[in-house]
Amino acid sequence: MAIWVDENTRVVVQGLTGKEGQFHAARCREYGTKVVAGVTPGKGGTAVDGTPVFDTVAQARRETGCDASLIFVPPLGAADAILEAADAGVALIVCITEGIPARDEVLVHRRLVGSGARLIGPNCPGIISPGKAKLGIMPAHIHRPGTVGVVSRSGTLTYEAVDQLTKLGLGQSTCIGIGGDPVPGTSFVDVLDAFNRDPGTEAVVMIGEIGGSAEEEAAAFVKANVRKPVVAFIAGQTAPPGRRMGHAGAIIAGGKGTAKEKMEALAAAGIHVAASPADLGVTMARALGRG
Amino acid sequence: MKVHEYQAKEILARYGVAVPRSRVVTQPADAAAIARELGGKVVVKAQVHAGGRGKAGGVKVVKSPEEAVAAAQAIIGMRLISKQTGPEGRIVGKVLVEEALDIARELYLGIVLDRAVGLPVLMASKFGGMEIEEVAAEHPEAILKEHFDPLAGLQPFQARKLGFGLGLAGDTFKEFVRLVVALARAYVEADASLAEINPLMITGAGKVMALDAKMSFDDSALVRHPEIAAMRDLAEEDPYEVEASKFDLNYIKLDGNIGCMVNGAGLAMATMDIIKHHGGTPANFLDVGGSASEERVANAFRILLSDPSVKAVLINIFGGIVRCDMVAAGVVAAARSLHVELPIVARLEGTNVEDGRRVLAESGLRIEPAATMAEAAAKVVAAAR
Repeated sequence: MAIWVDENTRVVVQGLTGKEGQFHAARCREYGTKVVAGVTPGKGGTAVDGTPVFDTVAQARRETGCDASLIFVPPLGAADAILEAADAGVALIVCITEGIPARDEVLVHRRLVGSGARLIGPNCPGIISPGKAKLGIMPAHIHRPGTVGVVSRSGTLTYEAVDQLTKLGLGQSTCIGIGGDPVPGTSFVDVLDAFNRDPGTEAVVMIGEIGGSAEEEAAAFVKANVRKPVVAFIAGQTAPPGRRMGHAGAIIAGGKGTAKEKMEALAAAGIHVAASPADLGVTMARALGRG
Repeated sequence: MKVHEYQAKEILARYGVAVPRSRVVTQPADAAAIARELGGKVVVKAQVHAGGRGKAGGVKVVKSPEEAVAAAQAIIGMRLISKQTGPEGRIVGKVLVEEALDIARELYLGIVLDRAVGLPVLMASKFGGMEIEEVAAEHPEAILKEHFDPLAGLQPFQARKLGFGLGLAGDTFKEFVRLVVALARAYVEADASLAEINPLMITGAGKVMALDAKMSFDDSALVRHPEIAAMRDLAEEDPYEVEASKFDLNYIKLDGNIGCMVNGAGLAMATMDIIKHHGGTPANFLDVGGSASEERVANAFRILLSDPSVKAVLINIFGGIVRCDMVAAGVVAAARSLHVELPIVARLEGTNVEDGRRVLAESGLRIEPAATMAEAAAKVVAAAR
């Protein structure tokens, strides 16, 4: 089992004709993902590596029945691309694009409320259900099918965690990067809720970082609802206050959003908090009684 | 991106926020004519990207053009050290000469993005002049909040709620409502990440004006605002960070001695953390990015090595989009051209890792390989001692 994407997911790639879109769509297809369409306004009627390109998402959906979108559109056009996918009735929208203005993200966030569409990202590596489907830019070969769910605000740090799990023989049900921006489409709580309901997921790795209060909200949710083991790490324990650490959302503002506060909130909720990023895998193995 | 007080006031004034008359000067002698024009009694304020200027001696109230020149002379060129600048302080390059008005009351107004709600929030309080974090800690009930949709803007009724909440009345109330709506519009339209008026002054005559102003802007949106992007003051930034920004590298100078080069912001933070975990201290945060080219890697390496406090280097790359062999080639090229003598520990994992490790091993350079993050951290901490 897995959440949100599997072997039946039919994907449209917005920005398929761009260099990045083409490259990553090919990797997703190699993994077995059903990439059924591309969209680039003005390039309808052409094809990329055998995948038909349409002018609009609505057209792509009508012709191919795509139900998920993977977005590689440049920052200033990305919000529009997300809204176009939602308007066409695409249920799952994964936006990889980094550097979308915060105002655009706030507008998207408002417009998606009640639309029925789920946005993952932006500024994220995407989502993969190992052995079933990959909608994103993560290196596929480090993943193994299994029962650990992974959710993270980071990209490469997620790969690090997945790699540790795989090397310890712990496969993954689904791995999701929710992105490093201040207003993500999908929150830790959304993903934890889905993992909690998924019979194929028996434990969760959660990777947070400094800034905002998403980890504290996740801690409260876990305490109230989740009985599956949760292992967490918070990046930025040594980050100086007031500085944006690469991700738009990774900033300790007004003394709030520190790693220490987050780690304490998580531990108080019964979550196994790894002090070192090198211990994520072993902490999970121990939590599952396999250490 | 941060701007100076005088620039923030210039931007806010364009949207209809009332500000005192003022002019910025870099030559002390120029303060005389401006002071005369403004009626003699003026405030001379250091322009640096940091708060706490008053306590640090960067703000002087004077009564004549001669005194204005003397104040400007004292402030321009001074090393201003406040709670926000850190012990090294900032050299003041310019001062704002502003008309001095009689202040009857000081209030607080500020707008930031409320991440938990996903909307901007306007905060107001009667404790003008106090930092909002302090008010939040000591008098949380005194902070009035209004969230607003950027598309619709802050509505007049919301501004009225704040005005009544602060006990304003008459023409002062009306001016306040107009100013609050203008501030919200400035925040949205200029793609600000912070717009703060602290204090907001009410003069003896009941006028409402921004006595101080602080704005910072969303870096991702600066491309939409070339006139704001042009306000960037490189003298206020760390020279290493300025150099790194030329190559689109995310670099932040820290005070340790282990230079770090990592791909991805989360992994870069985690690498700093694991260095600390093993008893060392990172000299920098450096994310070479997801699509780092060989040239970017070489530039990143050059910049982190130019910091004289660096005694050892840790390279931690998890190849996803980035190929390990390409990163390795960039490191080798840079290490050769820079004649690097420092110990380097490299941990490569992910896409093309075997090729990457081979490139490093065959380079003839003294690069210590490590298989895991923990091993890499232990080795680099030992090497830096």
